[in-house]
Amino acid sequence: MAQITLDKLAHSYLPNPKTDHDFALKELDYAWDDGGAYALLGPSGCGKTTLLNIISGLLVPSNGQILFDGKDVTNLQPEQRNIAQVFQFPVIYDTMTVRQNLEFPLKNRKVPNDEISKRVSEMIDILDLSEKADRKARGLTADEKQKISLGRGLVRYDVNAILFDEPLTVIDPHMKWQLRTKLKDLHRQFGHTMIYVTHDQTEALTFADKVVVMYEGEVVQIGTPEELFDEPKHTFVGYFIGSPGMNILPAEVSGNQAKLGNHTVTLKGAYPDLAGKIELGIRPEFLTLTNSESGIPAQINGVEDIGRFKIVRASIEGVELNVVLNEGENIPAEPKLIFDSTRINIYQDDHLVRSLENEKGI
Amino acid sequence: MDKTYNNKAWLLVIPVFLLVALSAIIPIMTVVNYSVQDTFGGNKFFWVGTEWFTDVLRSERFHDALGRNLLFSFIILCIEIPLGILIALSMPKKGIWVPICLVLMALPLLIPWNVVGTIWQIFGRADIGLLGHTMAALGIDYNYSSNVFDAWATIIIMDVWHWTSLVVLLCYAGLVSIPEAYYQAARIDGASKWSVFRYIQLPKMQGVLIIAFLLRFMDSFMIYTEPFVLTGGGPGNSTTFLSIDLVKQAIGQFDLGPAAAMSLVYQLIVLLVCYVFFTVMSNVGTDKPEVEE
Repeated sequence: MAQITLDKLAHSYLPNPKTDHDFALKELDYAWDDGGAYALLGPSGCGKTTLLNIISGLLVPSNGQILFDGKDVTNLQPEQRNIAQVFQFPVIYDTMTVRQNLEFPLKNRKVPNDEISKRVSEMIDILDLSEKADRKARGLTADEKQKISLGRGLVRYDVNAILFDEPLTVIDPHMKWQLRTKLKDLHRQFGHTMIYVTHDQTEALTFADKVVVMYEGEVVQIGTPEELFDEPKHTFVGYFIGSPGMNILPAEVSGNQAKLGNHTVTLKGAYPDLAGKIELGIRPEFLTLTNSESGIPAQINGVEDIGRFKIVRASIEGVELNVVLNEGENIPAEPKLIFDSTRINIYQDDHLVRSLENEKGI
Repeated sequence: MDKTYNNKAWLLVIPVFLLVALSAIIPIMTVVNYSVQDTFGGNKFFWVGTEWFTDVLRSERFHDALGRNLLFSFIILCIEIPLGILIALSMPKKGIWVPICLVLMALPLLIPWNVVGTIWQIFGRADIGLLGHTMAALGIDYNYSSNVFDAWATIIIMDVWHWTSLVVLLCYAGLVSIPEAYYQAARIDGASKWSVFRYIQLPKMQGVLIIAFLLRFMDSFMIYTEPFVLTGGGPGNSTTFLSIDLVKQAIGQFDLGPAAAMSLVYQLIVLLVCYVFFTVMSNVGTDKPEVEE
């Protein structure tokens, strides 16, 4: 187990990268705490698998260093780094039994035989595979196979980190939940550093203590699920987290007032003068539709009832936004939109800007 | 469950049925017909029952030829399968060399059997052939038309040269279809090169290896053209394989009955061996054989 430090790490698949655009992974400094559960979240092609492969050693970064407990491992092979990785598709050794699969990494490392059988039997119990221990691995279901590939990492007690590359992609939905719970249990039990790559926000938010959101090769925010929800640092995080995502509306900000077209919304504090592309972000959960005099008149374009709540597709002067209504709430005849001022974020060129009071507070 | 039975569907099967009938059933039944009858010419046949089969199965000539066939196929498979795997493993997986290697590998496969035979027949001649001449110059006594060992060696090398490529291409197809993650997982598990081959590459090639095995077995068991072109079955009878013997009997001596019986036995052997191979090889590595405890 180890702390993993990324020092000015960047990677390009091109031989001579020139502009920022040539980098699959843009420069990054970060330390992953020992024993933490992290999720790397982002859409396909955002560089999250690249980052994972650099940590595991399958890929040597073109710039920067990677340190395990302060020791430079940038040029070490995966087998020398002592990490475990679970891939998108279950990788098992077809011709071996479940037990032999779990013994394999230990045998390769010349662990004494009695130690191997002790650890493997233990692991088989932990993974609930005892009934199938002596069956050939090829006949098992996808989730059992994925457990085996996880087990091959866990039998090595001393692994520095366990990396997951979208491990639940081929698992049936009802098994996903079980396997995820298993992962959390194992994390609690063994305390390994775990890094989990996914493009599914539910997976990321339920698994991780800290979520690293990536977008176009850049880490846009690292935070707890709460922080990502309440204060997305980048408009991308706003859309990507939450269902539906944050409403991002073009606005003009002066002092503690934001102008949306001809309407004015009060903000939680005063902002400095801002230049560039200014937008106002608010989550659909913090908008209310009322019948009262105050509020901004909105047009309703459609309603989707998804069980526990309704998503209302509305628009203000042609700018579309989503509003979440709880089950039972009705849409008023002449709907007015009310913004919860404390929940409004202001973005300048896609990046979060804090109000003056807030800035001082930090 | 109300299933609709519509017998009109049978109409759709007719074309296939006709094709199979013309290409397989009718010719085979003709042979079966010959195999149970005898003739003294004039298109007059009479029933002899299983006499020809008994004769064939008891004939030493048949046993000898069958022995040669089995030995030949065995040697061929022992050389071509490992060699094919080895070459496939050492072929590049990406880059400009991939198409070049593939084309080079495919070249021998494009050459017709009798041309291969002729090439080697001339190549091995001491007077005009490069190989024969070089061997003679080096003082090695090499003569495929008088020495049994030389004749066999020539045919085997010929076949290896001609058909190893097929095994290579099949294995290569199997190898490139292995996802990268398997190799990555093996590296993380600290697997040696041999383990990667033994536990990843070989099991993943199982399917194509079965095909390669069956194709090479059937083809080598039916070998005809190469020994025919090279020595016509000689020296003596040393390269007279079943097929050559069969042609001698059927067309040379015009013994239709014995030849028909022989070819049926021949076919049954091929089918039987293929069936056994297939069953054994498809069960390697699965649970099936181990269940019976």
